[in-house]
Amino acid sequence: MTFLAHVEAGAASGFLSGLSHPVSGLDHVIAMVAVGLWGAQLGKPAVWVLPVAFPIAMALGGMMGLMGIPLPGVEVGIAASAMVLGVMVVAAARPPLWVAAVIVGLFALFHGHAHGTELPAGANGTLYSIGFVIATGLLHAVGIAIGLIHRYDWGRPTLRGAGALVAAGGVFFLWQALA
Amino acid sequence: MPLAHLVQTGFGGFYDGLAHWALTPQDVLLVVAFALLAGLAGKQRARQLVLALPSAWLLGGLLGLLVPSLMPPELATTLSFGLVGLLVALDRRLPAAAFFALILAAAGLHGVANGSTMATTGPGWLGLVGATLAVFIAVSLIPALLVGLKKPAARVAVRVGGSWIAAASLLMIGWLFRAG
Repeated sequence: MTFLAHVEAGAASGFLSGLSHPVSGLDHVIAMVAVGLWGAQLGKPAVWVLPVAFPIAMALGGMMGLMGIPLPGVEVGIAASAMVLGVMVVAAARPPLWVAAVIVGLFALFHGHAHGTELPAGANGTLYSIGFVIATGLLHAVGIAIGLIHRYDWGRPTLRGAGALVAAGGVFFLWQALA
Repeated sequence: MPLAHLVQTGFGGFYDGLAHWALTPQDVLLVVAFALLAGLAGKQRARQLVLALPSAWLLGGLLGLLVPSLMPPELATTLSFGLVGLLVALDRRLPAAAFFALILAAAGLHGVANGSTMATTGPGWLGLVGATLAVFIAVSLIPALLVGLKKPAARVAVRVGGSWIAAASLLMIGWLFRAG
């Protein structure tokens, strides 16, 4: 059987590695979900601007990590991202859109850099990148889907409670990073 | 050398070329990005794309077949789909001249890569025809699905797709220059 016998070695592993990498650490997962929670809480246009800003800034961070460009305090930055984003949701903070995008983009750099320095060798680069970005986007989508409960009277305090959980997770990871 | 492998379907050069396009992520991402861009811009751009993109692909492919050493670096093909993805994310409606110039440059570049690969790996012009047909089918179907989108949320979803393509391009650039 010659079908697909000589093409894109490592393609499947590249895509699956990329898809699984963003969900491989709870510190990454809660921050990415928190972006969706905050976006949903802020409403239009933040609900889509933030999830667009995050993957692009994260890819930029990933590019830096891959190229060996150092970024100090990566672990602290990742933990702080969950903490700050969680606090934003708890406080139902409504800064100007550009401020929210800068906050999210800045933290995304840390997440991307950490992923970039940990990428496995030998996988298909393009498919890895596609899987990576899709997984990140889907985590935001999960956050947005959960965040839509803010439309209901019972949902607003519940959402802020979810933000508190994210912030608590951030404190835990920050304590681990500094220990 | 980028894109040096070619799928062997066992059904001949035409199908090898067709499968090559479908299994080359850079090529698929470029065509999908253009399809999203044209679909967002409306019927006129979508119709223009149906003829312009496969034509540019074929022209570039013929050039690559004739001069295989013209194989472009992977960085160029990666930047090209990233740029188009970024334009989708920004929902930019390009003037006709810029739209056609971008198609000629980007699709021509990917066509050259296809032609060079097919000249050196076997299927030759038949493979190029197969790849061009795959491109034609994709740019006929995808924009047609998008031009009717009126709900803002649907357009936003398309723009998010564009941003993912741009992000994948950035990561890929890092991959190309990875340290160690």
